[in-house]
Amino acid sequence: MLNFLWAGMLLLGIVYAAFNGTLPEVTEGCLNGAKEAVELCLSVAGVVAFWNGLMTIAKESGLVSLAARRVRPFLVWLMPGLKGQDEALDAISVNMAANVLGLGWAATPAGLKAMEKLEKIEEERRRDQAQMLPTEQRNLRRTWHGKAMPEGVANNEMCTFLILNISSLQLIPVNVIAYRSQYGSVDPAAVVGPGIVATAVSTGVAVVFCKMMNRRKASGKK
Amino acid sequence: MNLLSFVSALMIPLLTLYVIGYGLLRKKDCYEIFVRGAKEGVHTALEILPTLIGLMTAVSVLRASGFLEAFSEKLGIFTGYIGLPAQLVPLCVVRLFSNSAAVGLLTDLYARYGTDSVIGYTASLIMCCTETLFYTMSLYLMHVGIRKSRFVLPGAMLSVLAGIAASIWLGRMV
Repeated sequence: MLNFLWAGMLLLGIVYAAFNGTLPEVTEGCLNGAKEAVELCLSVAGVVAFWNGLMTIAKESGLVSLAARRVRPFLVWLMPGLKGQDEALDAISVNMAANVLGLGWAATPAGLKAMEKLEKIEEERRRDQAQMLPTEQRNLRRTWHGKAMPEGVANNEMCTFLILNISSLQLIPVNVIAYRSQYGSVDPAAVVGPGIVATAVSTGVAVVFCKMMNRRKASGKK
Repeated sequence: MNLLSFVSALMIPLLTLYVIGYGLLRKKDCYEIFVRGAKEGVHTALEILPTLIGLMTAVSVLRASGFLEAFSEKLGIFTGYIGLPAQLVPLCVVRLFSNSAAVGLLTDLYARYGTDSVIGYTASLIMCCTETLFYTMSLYLMHVGIRKSRFVLPGAMLSVLAGIAASIWLGRMV
């Protein structure tokens, strides 16, 4: 995917420049782009490192797991099928707490583990369902998760978790603040408050959408 | 808006105070942990340098060729109706695929319009409230061998669009 995006941008730029007569500018853009990337990366490294250090304290003193415990009731409300599935709930809540605090390196492993646990749950559902009588299988429609998904198909919990994850949960956009400061903003942190509102909107829409999709499935319409 | 700038000004100092205070209360060696975490942070920050060089150069070429400008101008005819500034369209699209490429476009917007202009500000907010949709989706789903993603894509798209709409609305208020 990135292969096409990257190559496409370069080829498109050069071909367009050839017709537009801007090839000298492209040479300059090439050099400047590379230089700017190094400058940006170095100047951002300071802020990112500070934040990462601070959040490591939060993680090791137990603040992250405290936050993770707080989001658990919300997760059970959002995905009632996970009630009592401690392993999956733990992984999901750690992923979310880490995302909220901007700890990308801690969020991804927990997120991948959460996906594994969710897949295991679906496997168990498939196995249980295979042993059921046809009448019992019909009753499954009334449960929250409905019939078990065939292999290779995402279940409701996976969909909900992923949508929530992609809706972005970050509380403080450290990188954006650092970029703004590098490009001369008078108040780089001014995006924090409005950023929280914008994130709340995107996450709120994600929650409502997931709730609606899950309800539709549970009532057996589709 | 006053409340929001209040939050912006206080969030980082208060969170720092809270984290360090909590760490001390739990009798942790905060400084030692901080240094270890910061080391890891330097590593992760510098690790993306190669991708950043590659994609920022590509964006820079695209910009220098005049394509980005011409493209935005053409798009402006359509996006004007829904209130989305045409200059932000490339950012919104690329953001779904690659973080580094989005950073390239973001800094390009910063350099051209200024970080505190409506465009620079809205672009900052869009970066805050969206994720690399396709990258995250493929990473997580491929990890457990899922091929049918059902309602992930429409749901995630909807939330991204809601985030962009909120960013435009908030950006206008500044």
